[in-house]
Amino acid sequence: MAKIKYIEHNGKEHIVEVQNGLTVMEGAVQNDIPGIDADCGGSMSCATCHVYVKEDWYNKLPKKEMGEDDMLDQAYEPNSKSRLSCQIMVSDDLDGLTVHMPEKQV
Amino acid sequence: MIKTDVVIVGAGPTGLFCAHQLGIIGLKCEIVDNLDKIGGQCIELYPDKPIYDIPAVPKCTGEELTKNLIEQIKPFNFNFHLNDRVQELRNENQIWIVKTTNGKEFQTPNIVIAGGVGSFEPRKFPTKSAEKFDGTQVLYSIKDKTIFKDKSVAIFGGGDSALDWAIELSNTSKVSLIHRRDEFRGAPASVQKIKELSQKNTINLFTKYSIKDIKGNGSLEEVEIKSEAGESKTIKADYVLGFFGLIMQLGPISEWGLNLDKKVIPVNTENFETNKKGIFAIGDICTYPGKLKLILSGFHEGALAARGCFKYARPNEKYRFEFTTASNTIKNRLGVK
Repeated sequence: MAKIKYIEHNGKEHIVEVQNGLTVMEGAVQNDIPGIDADCGGSMSCATCHVYVKEDWYNKLPKKEMGEDDMLDQAYEPNSKSRLSCQIMVSDDLDGLTVHMPEKQV
Repeated sequence: MIKTDVVIVGAGPTGLFCAHQLGIIGLKCEIVDNLDKIGGQCIELYPDKPIYDIPAVPKCTGEELTKNLIEQIKPFNFNFHLNDRVQELRNENQIWIVKTTNGKEFQTPNIVIAGGVGSFEPRKFPTKSAEKFDGTQVLYSIKDKTIFKDKSVAIFGGGDSALDWAIELSNTSKVSLIHRRDEFRGAPASVQKIKELSQKNTINLFTKYSIKDIKGNGSLEEVEIKSEAGESKTIKADYVLGFFGLIMQLGPISEWGLNLDKKVIPVNTENFETNKKGIFAIGDICTYPGKLKLILSGFHEGALAARGCFKYARPNEKYRFEFTTASNTIKNRLGVK
């Protein structure tokens, strides 16, 4: 279980407890948090669960696997701290993680 | 005006198998898709990725699955209307009049929406100033490459479309290629070629840059790019091309008076009809308690929706359930002895 903070582009914060084994994307979708679309349902085939992770947490997260950056090329305004939230698996280690949502996904 | 029993919106796996089921029960259909090819997400998003959860098919790619589904419906000779999109629906005495973007009209008692997550559209530049030149000097696809001859062209993106066009246009235009990171997702041979052309100064390569602004009085003159550290550069450009892949937009479907739950359409699980009589929704675009976004679920939904269509297409006939192994009627429809 990890407490995750999702911050919408307008600054609105949502803090939810997400079970281990779910992804950060699922944590948002299951709790009706706006700002993450996840059109493809988590198969890394779209880029609509894009989030920004600030440096400190970005470096603590498991590294991106092959293909994630390719999809991020197709996201809305990606930068070097961009991740696809469907590729971040929740574990106790992620307790306190904060992710920022982009202005929009599509 | 084309008269038919069913119009299927979307030629992905779900739409294709629904067409098969319609053919089996003796109904006609017309299939419309916004893409230029059959296969939907399978062909557009993951043609080469193996799928492992199609019943009785241990492993197949999106492309193989599509090929087999096309093969399976061949006996019925259904028409595909590709590069076209259903735009407007109107109901006249229990019959739907369906209009497409290209001006085609269908008359049908049934519409099956198998639209996935909507229609694919190119992702556009996030900068407001790009809209001003959209379709004239800011382009997301190329129809006529001769317009770029002897012009300055700024190409954004890191996939095959961006690389291929950068290479091709560098023969006759002054090409700048801009990508947000050092690595490219295009074919290794193209990446190699780009690096060679960049070393020879045939292409100006800017990596770790993204678009900041597009400028020009009346016509586009230059494009400003920025690095993440905030450093800006200005490039002279007559044309700006963006190749950021495709996004999915629900599009006109949201204007048809259907109940919507976010981006999906609630249906009943008996025949997958929506709140509108004669409009069914199957596959990723429908929702109901327990919905799984799996291709196999789409197949099941299509089979039941086809039976739902029968009621409106043949109001005076009683639908009879038959097996393909046993029914001579079905074998005739399939053209097998």
